[in-house]
Amino acid sequence: MLHVSSNPHVRDRMTTSRLMQLVVIALLPASLFGIWNFGLRALLVIVVSVVSSVGCEWLYDHFMHKKNTVTDFSAVVTGLLLALNMPPMIPLWMPALGSAFAIIVVKQLFGGLGQNFMNPALAGRCFLMISFAGRMTNFAVPEGFKGVVDAVTGATPLAALKAQGFTEGSVSVWNLFLGNVQGTIGETSALAILIGAGILLAFKVIDLKIPLTYIGSFTVFVIFYMLFSGMGFSGGYLLSHLFGGGLMLGAWFMATDYVTTPITPKGQLVYGCALGIVTAVFRLFGGSAEGVSYAIIFCNLLVPLIERVTLPTAFGKGGKKA
Amino acid sequence: MGLLTFKGGIHPYDGKELSKGYPIEQYFPKGEMVYPLSQHIGAPAVPLVKKGDRVLAGQKIADAGGFVSAPVHASVSGTVKGMEPRLTAAGTMANAIIVENDQQYESVEFVPARLEDLSREEILKRIQEGGVVGMGGAGFPTHVKLSPKNPSSIEYVLVNGAECEPYLTSDYRRMLEEPEKVVGGLQVILRLFENAKGCICIEDNKPDCIEKMKGLVRDLPNIEVKELMTKYPQGGERTLIYAVTGREINSSMLPADVGCVVDNVDTVTAIYQAVVQGLPVTSRIVTVTGDAVREPKNFTVLTGTNMRELIDAAGGLKGNAAKIISGGPMMGFALYQLDVPCVKTTSAFLCLSRDEVSQAVETACINCGRCVSVCPGHVLPARLATFALHGDMENFQKYDGMECCECGCCSYVCPAKRPLTQSIKSMRKMVLASRRKK
Repeated sequence: MLHVSSNPHVRDRMTTSRLMQLVVIALLPASLFGIWNFGLRALLVIVVSVVSSVGCEWLYDHFMHKKNTVTDFSAVVTGLLLALNMPPMIPLWMPALGSAFAIIVVKQLFGGLGQNFMNPALAGRCFLMISFAGRMTNFAVPEGFKGVVDAVTGATPLAALKAQGFTEGSVSVWNLFLGNVQGTIGETSALAILIGAGILLAFKVIDLKIPLTYIGSFTVFVIFYMLFSGMGFSGGYLLSHLFGGGLMLGAWFMATDYVTTPITPKGQLVYGCALGIVTAVFRLFGGSAEGVSYAIIFCNLLVPLIERVTLPTAFGKGGKKA
Repeated sequence: MGLLTFKGGIHPYDGKELSKGYPIEQYFPKGEMVYPLSQHIGAPAVPLVKKGDRVLAGQKIADAGGFVSAPVHASVSGTVKGMEPRLTAAGTMANAIIVENDQQYESVEFVPARLEDLSREEILKRIQEGGVVGMGGAGFPTHVKLSPKNPSSIEYVLVNGAECEPYLTSDYRRMLEEPEKVVGGLQVILRLFENAKGCICIEDNKPDCIEKMKGLVRDLPNIEVKELMTKYPQGGERTLIYAVTGREINSSMLPADVGCVVDNVDTVTAIYQAVVQGLPVTSRIVTVTGDAVREPKNFTVLTGTNMRELIDAAGGLKGNAAKIISGGPMMGFALYQLDVPCVKTTSAFLCLSRDEVSQAVETACINCGRCVSVCPGHVLPARLATFALHGDMENFQKYDGMECCECGCCSYVCPAKRPLTQSIKSMRKMVLASRRKK
């Protein structure tokens, strides 16, 4: 029996499932660091979130009589990302609820993988932020915490920066880079996140377009802010902003989510720049210390528009409109 | 000099080591010979013989059905058994002349010529009468291609020796074993275009061919060897022109619009044979290869030869053959039965033990953009495929769906295993059909 099909007759080995597995592997350094930094409580949050996420996907598929899509690992990524965006002492029903919202409302009700208009994990996080703001910003120090506790407030570095203003030497940039500070489970260590980013780049899961334009435009905006607000240029302030909050995790792992980013190469550059600017505006002028999550889901909404204005020119059509 | 290339493309497993080491062998067919009247793009040829006629090898048995058409020649001597529709490798039925091979190989007399004595018109006439068509796969009549409106505007004659399709080694063997014919054919073409420079374009995975060609053209001031980066689809007409000259053409332009003429290695050889030796196209080189055939080989095959015979000549199929492809794995046609004739455009028979397409499970598009980054046409395959599935002809054309060259890169890289090329290809056919209706 001979098979027939339309060309091409060979296929690359990469599959959606493998891509998602690679993302999970790339998130391991940040996850493991979070567990080391915050203790076993962080592991518990991660497990609850992932189990709830995968469970909700399975239940939805099962009861809606859909083909089961759990094996594509995308629910694992969603659950893991949501957990990494939560404070370690969060009540455990919250990651469960957030994952359920992310998977059922944001992803499945809009048509499943590939159809969600917002990053599910971030939408889940923002849903929890709006509904339970107090609990989501309560960075109580867990038992076994290895990091440096802010003596005054116990707050995250960015919150402290926002509340008290910046004085040279008030934060150790080195600690921020290593990550032994307060924050959400997965965001504190820029180093661990960059190792993960290296894995994504090495296996060509992502390219540099979005992360670099995001971080680049954010940096430029903050520098302008420093110069024009009268505080003068301060490397420490800039680095606190770069390493101190959710920027690294957001730029490398959530702004690069395929489904909610433009497919056009130029569009990805525009999207990255927009993210940097919106994040900086939220952080510097907004009410909350953080801005990454809201910036990303806000820019997710701009994606169709960005794509429409950045359509590539077909080969041989140089400049001419079709 | 850096390697010449284009933006996009892929690096599939190339499989060339299976057959590249085997010198070309002549294969003499045993069974009946089948000569389809459409072995080219354009009007089908018109038969000149009838049932019962005796024909000689090299005899014209069907004449061109118009200017954009090509004659068909018998490749053996024997008796015309009849004329009937036969299955071709492309999966369609085509009228064909059937000849019973008498194994005598009695041939007509071929009239050689000295290139210096021939006028432009005589050269084109000899190419046309020789039935030369684009043997890289397209089958476009070569005399038409070589008759642009303004011959003096042609600046480049590109010989396409990229052979970027995985597994294929016919051009490789040709360049290695008969490079002087390739150069000779190029010199014929250059006679037609006084302002043109000849370029023999070869991917850098064939360093032996590059060296050999360089040696041959050392003293020829108007011919150069160009090294291309090994990448699929480097040998596509548009990507090749871009890599070598930096010029771009779109789907509604011809290479001549940017001063280029592109011909495949085998076509250039056929031009040499037709013009200088007086030989019509009655044979070509076919690679029989793949992991499901016992002894992969390169054959000189007479046109009309049954493919089943050829596979037997290569040791036959292994028991596990799952897919047989006429051509390469990227753009070839899958066959559902082996009794099809080799024609002028048949470059290979690829026998695979595993059909990666039916094994792949199609899932939802995750918008990863891999198809966009590999597309040499710089379009958005994922979006075009969606428009195609929705039957949205208007948006399909607005998003430049007609610029697709059907190279297959998008389907190849898609991690969701979506048959993007197939969707786009069908939609392009529908658009072309609807344009013809208007």
